[in-house]
Amino acid sequence: MKCQICDAPATFHLTDVVNKKRRELHLCERCARERNLIPEPPGPQIDLKALMGLLTNPFHAPPALAPEPAPEPVCAQCGMAVPEFKATGRLGCSHDYEALRPALEPLLERIHRAMTHAGKTPRAVRVSEWKRRLGAAVAAENYEEAARLRDLIRAHE
Amino acid sequence: MNLDSLLPNLGEWLRGTGPESDVVVSTRIRLARNLADLPFATRATATHKADVIRLAKEAVAKCGGAHPLEYADVQAMSPLDRQFLVERQLISRELASGLDGPRGVAFDPTETVSVMVNEEDHLRLQVLRSGFALDEAWRDIDRLDDALEQRLAYAFHTQFGYLTACPTNVGTGMRASVMLHLPALGLTKQIDKVFRALQKINLAVRGLHGEGSRAFGDLYQISNHVTLGKSEAKILDEIREVIVTIMQYERQARAALMKERRQAEHDRVARAIGTLGSATMITAEETMELLSAVRLGIHLHLLDGIPVTAVNQLFIHTQSAHLQKLAGHALGGEERNTARAKYLKTRLRDLDSHK
Ligand SMILES: [Zn+2]
Ligand SMILES: [Zn+2]
Repeated sequence: MKCQICDAPATFHLTDVVNKKRRELHLCERCARERNLIPEPPGPQIDLKALMGLLTNPFHAPPALAPEPAPEPVCAQCGMAVPEFKATGRLGCSHDYEALRPALEPLLERIHRAMTHAGKTPRAVRVSEWKRRLGAAVAAENYEEAARLRDLIRAHE
Repeated sequence: MNLDSLLPNLGEWLRGTGPESDVVVSTRIRLARNLADLPFATRATATHKADVIRLAKEAVAKCGGAHPLEYADVQAMSPLDRQFLVERQLISRELASGLDGPRGVAFDPTETVSVMVNEEDHLRLQVLRSGFALDEAWRDIDRLDDALEQRLAYAFHTQFGYLTACPTNVGTGMRASVMLHLPALGLTKQIDKVFRALQKINLAVRGLHGEGSRAFGDLYQISNHVTLGKSEAKILDEIREVIVTIMQYERQARAALMKERRQAEHDRVARAIGTLGSATMITAEETMELLSAVRLGIHLHLLDGIPVTAVNQLFIHTQSAHLQKLAGHALGGEERNTARAKYLKTRLRDLDSHK
């Protein structure tokens, strides 16, 4: 496969989903480096701004993969939009994760190689999840499970 | 709070006696947390920030624990006091001088636990421990986090986890870092090889003072890069595995030094102590390099009469804000180098007479 910019052999491949469209980038190492997509030692942090720029303004996406022009997402709570986030690398409020989700998900995939939390959950969130399951267990007449959940809730509330 | 009361003490994390302390200086875990209904720092007004502080202070005051946390207003502090807290690792450089507006830090008298308020995130919880103590540090910070969460509504998303101002921290919000003293890998020129391997497995390596800072005194911080998609336990296991390997390499390199050039090492250590005890002017960088040799000398039994704790104390007390606090007034660059040399000479003479 050839680099999409200079036709040298592509060694850097990036696949992301932006606005529900699959998008691929194939670059040679030199072009990827020029765009700061390969971190220079010793800083292992990926250049967020460069990556955002490339994912949201593809310089050279093949026509079949080009996104339909969609309205720019903006956070209704704090007014944060993608260009400002791209410029600063910082979000304005916790609602931005929903409001700017189409721009954030590919970024999270690149940074963490994951999009779903797998760690600790606040107690309040755990308890409300148990309550939901308790309701379901009662409705299904699964009284053993219901009793177990009730004990859990009682122990943590 | 009068910070001068901290001066004669040493934070618990600098005891120099924790597990594997011949190689691991300290272990730190940080958690980034935000409050659900207030904007992040870039969008927060002074009123929002004051709200964060009020809520944080209330929660911190009620979270109990063996040692109560005391709050200090960083915005109201002199630049010297802020630098002093940076040198003690209680606050970040960012909180000290990279930010404006209401902000502060709560910490306990042993300097094990601190909570920065209005840094990049509303709250940055931190636990610092001496030696290699990831499990203990996690247990402490998990408990503190639970206690704070009883009184604060955190910004949490079922898919993305704990929400943070920068997407690099989202998910667990956890950054665990282990500070290593790796003089033998440096002397035997193997350090670059080790770090290239680390970057391949997505761990970050930095010098003592964080991003981009050169590793003075052979001190390195190794921390996780990924915060989303793995549990805290998994992230800690991955770091642990790597640290264990690096410790093995460092100890092998130390054994090789002792086998192949014991006399030369002994000489280097003796000269380091000699310079530290006799210089009339000395920079912070040179002090760190020489103390690194002394620290290695203690662990290789090339030197006796100097406890590691004393080396750690010299290391902290010869940094610029500490020197100025000890002197009781501001010092210019040259004056600092003179004061540093004088302090080292006095302290080493005291240690010598207590042998
Ligand atoms: Zn190219
Ligand atoms: Zn927002």
